[in-house]
Amino acid sequence: MAKHKISKKSTRIDMTAMCDVAFLLLSFFVMTATAKQPEPKPVDTPASTVIDKLPEDGVATITVGDKQVFFTIPRASRRGTLERISKEKGVNFTEGEYKAFEGMEGFGVPLNQLKSLLSKSPAVRNAPGAQVGIPYDTINDQLTDWVKQAREAHKSIYEAQLQEGKINAEEFGKKADLGIAIKGDAKEDFITVKRIIDILQEQKKNRFFLITGLRNKDF
Amino acid sequence: MAELNTGGGGGDGKKVRSKKSNPGVDLTAMVDLAFLLITFFMLTTTLSKPQSMPLAMPDKEKDPAEDTDTKVPEDRMMTILIGKDNKILWYMGMLATPRMEPTEATFGKDGIRKDILKNTAYAKKFADKPDEGLIVNIKASDAASYRNLVDILDEMAINKVQLYAIGDITPEEITLLTDKGLY
Repeated sequence: MAKHKISKKSTRIDMTAMCDVAFLLLSFFVMTATAKQPEPKPVDTPASTVIDKLPEDGVATITVGDKQVFFTIPRASRRGTLERISKEKGVNFTEGEYKAFEGMEGFGVPLNQLKSLLSKSPAVRNAPGAQVGIPYDTINDQLTDWVKQAREAHKSIYEAQLQEGKINAEEFGKKADLGIAIKGDAKEDFITVKRIIDILQEQKKNRFFLITGLRNKDF
Repeated sequence: MAELNTGGGGGDGKKVRSKKSNPGVDLTAMVDLAFLLITFFMLTTTLSKPQSMPLAMPDKEKDPAEDTDTKVPEDRMMTILIGKDNKILWYMGMLATPRMEPTEATFGKDGIRKDILKNTAYAKKFADKPDEGLIVNIKASDAASYRNLVDILDEMAINKVQLYAIGDITPEEITLLTDKGLY
């Protein structure tokens, strides 16, 4: 009989290192996280090989899907835009409605439905079918107004900064014009997108971005 | 670390010693939770900014003082018409007197990309300056989808076409598409 005993090995693993890594990653994600904003119209963008990144700020997005158009204004310009729309269209908004508008990411309702949209909770607003899109046909073209007022509101922010001497003229020239990005659904008809492009061109906005996904060259 | 004393206590008559309290903590639950949170944050974060494709359109309002009839060299001009069902029809030169007859093509590396490369080489022969090349006029019909537009703009980027524009389709070109069954 062999006297030699096999020493029993513990089946447990040292998890300290694993735990360290896990928490390191966790803190990284927590710090870099910017929560995905709920969108009123989720669209499937077409893919392209161009790898230019969209500028981080100073870009308004026009989302197109199912022939409906939604508009997202950069947060800083939201209040100014609504003030201008209110003045032009003679619709008055309360302070609470301004606050709600500032907090609202993207929207797509005709102007006469905006008040009722602002009174709803964010969850109800972004429910599918809650918003019908901004009218953009030639008879009732509200998208033009929104884009125009958003651009003016954006410009006025930088004009104020220029006057205060916070930025110089060169910087002003670079930033003052609000960038416009079109986020279209891949299956959307070309004529719908063409109409949006025409609207932008009518107000001499000839340079804009098309938001796309990524793919490689072998398609 | 996280283990118990498993040494043989041996029944050699010694007193049973009080077990040493184990300094290691069971980290399993903690790691579980950490990974759960990591997964959550990874999925809800939008780490990468969306990709975008810059597009510049020509100014719509033409300056009346400027001569609007800019001479476009026919030999270097390629027109791409986008019809229905992701089909393309392209020709070189003018529609009435094409340098190359209208040809059908599909999207992708085996379709329009080969034609563009071929035509780029063709256009080079007529270039006056070394930096001049193919000029592409993109005309999408009403039957085209937005994906088609992005695809063709992407081809421009892949083939490094220097000069391209999106134009309005003419009735003659629609007739041509209809004749070919692409509209």
